[in-house]
Amino acid sequence: MVTPLMLEKWSGKIAVLTIGATREDGGSRAHVIKIGGQQSLPFLFQEGPSPHRPVIAFEVWDVYPQDWQESLQRAYVYSLKDPIVWAKTCVEDYNEQILCLRLQGIHPDYGNKSADTEAEFIKELLKKVDVPLIIIGSGDDVKDNAVLPICCEAARGERCLIGSAVQDNYKTLVASVLADGHNIIAESPIDINIAKQLNILISDMGLSLERIAINPTIGALGYGLEYAYSIMERCRLAALSGDKTLASPFICFVGQEAWRAKESKVNDDRQGIVWEVITATALLQAGADILVMRHPEAISKVNSYIANLFRE
Amino acid sequence: MLIIGELINGMFSNISRALKERNKEVIQKCALAQVEAGADALDVNCGPSSKDPVTDMQWLIETIQEVTDKPLSIDSSKPKVIEAGLKICKARAIINSTTSDQDKMDTLIPLAIKYNARLIGLTINAKGIPQNKDQRLELAATIVSNCVEKGFAPEELYLDPIVLPVNVAQSQMYDILESIREFKIISEPSPKAVVGLSNVSQGTLSRSLVNRTFLAMAIAFGLDAAILDPQDKELMDTLITSELLLNRHIYCDSYLDAYRKK
Repeated sequence: MVTPLMLEKWSGKIAVLTIGATREDGGSRAHVIKIGGQQSLPFLFQEGPSPHRPVIAFEVWDVYPQDWQESLQRAYVYSLKDPIVWAKTCVEDYNEQILCLRLQGIHPDYGNKSADTEAEFIKELLKKVDVPLIIIGSGDDVKDNAVLPICCEAARGERCLIGSAVQDNYKTLVASVLADGHNIIAESPIDINIAKQLNILISDMGLSLERIAINPTIGALGYGLEYAYSIMERCRLAALSGDKTLASPFICFVGQEAWRAKESKVNDDRQGIVWEVITATALLQAGADILVMRHPEAISKVNSYIANLFRE
Repeated sequence: MLIIGELINGMFSNISRALKERNKEVIQKCALAQVEAGADALDVNCGPSSKDPVTDMQWLIETIQEVTDKPLSIDSSKPKVIEAGLKICKARAIINSTTSDQDKMDTLIPLAIKYNARLIGLTINAKGIPQNKDQRLELAATIVSNCVEKGFAPEELYLDPIVLPVNVAQSQMYDILESIREFKIISEPSPKAVVGLSNVSQGTLSRSLVNRTFLAMAIAFGLDAAILDPQDKELMDTLITSELLLNRHIYCDSYLDAYRKK
């Protein structure tokens, strides 16, 4: 006798977030990226549709990433010195569909670049690459609040995903994102209660829940991955049960965490790649929609993992 | 939790007058205010003074359906009034209610099947209101077995333990709460439990407080639905908080707003 599968029926649905705008939508991107829309837990295709695949965004900096370990830097050969060349390498050599630009250079400790310089840089980058963009600040609240609004304006109409809004600092960014037609990343410190609260605070300012991606904050393998996993899973279960305030897609900064692990810093090029791959694939199973990653080889492996999961 | 707004009832003088004068505005305003306050469904009752309840029920339903598509709970003791209402309901209706009298069940369960309606079953019969938990469960089991025999899914059945005013039957309150929990073990899948909440505070001075305290307790005992006044904000806040404490929603500082954003 064949045992029938027990299939769960869910009443909720993850919101669909659109990143990038083509000419018809008033932007200049060659395509748009859609994420979310799931009506089941990850990859349980028989329970409900998953209309949009998770995507990987290459992390690109506006300055030379001097802190990155050598094995990671070597993967890009010479391109890291010029951010535009770096971005073009990701798009042209690695055929990447979306980029995550980290404005590390505005941080007082990394060059303290001005808002105008960054705005010019973003305009130039938008001319040189035609994929949708995620733009994130440096993590210095004062500087980010001064620079990100100008960058939002420089990319007006391109429907970028901009981050990050946090519970103590979200108003400036939400106002800019609203004014210039972008989406926002809502970041919470591995805390589902704060994730929910922040989504409500943002939507109270008039930005609809459909324009939010949750950055749940993650830890790499060996550094709290399970904790991040369970928070994401709990969030998804609530969303699928009908809680719209938690039904936003997830963005996970995998590269940043995996390459910080001491296991990635050993004298063995392979280990860092494996660390990034394992962290990424575990988070895909937790429901990650966008993975921001660093090593081209790790990205390629995770891309084939996603393709395999979605194979008919 | 299924929240059924109780305010469109001919027992209330404003509704009774509006019904007589065919004043749509009063009815529609009352419907929308309840939906705005969080009602998932609206109870509709023409009241005891209606001379032509079939026509009155249909007028009320048509009037309400002009402004909202929420499900309606057709509240009458007369099967022909209920069927007249079911015929014109656009959303999936709730029959309010059958008793555990055989003739009532023989009429109303087939109607619920025919119109794909949910059904409220009162644990009461011609002999009167039960005096303890065992009598309630016996009547509940009679309704459930009738539903199963006739092919009506028990999970679409809402059993009402009959909430009595605290100043009339104080000794029965705990029995009523326990009945809610034990209704669930009558069958698998389980029937659901509903209460007509406001009755608990009839004749008391602090009605709202009694209502919301009883509601919190009933939710803890497994209540699935309540017929109540959704415009009582403290009552609704208590309902949301009770569900939060039972881990049915994820906490956040603005959990009351979050629930209302649903």
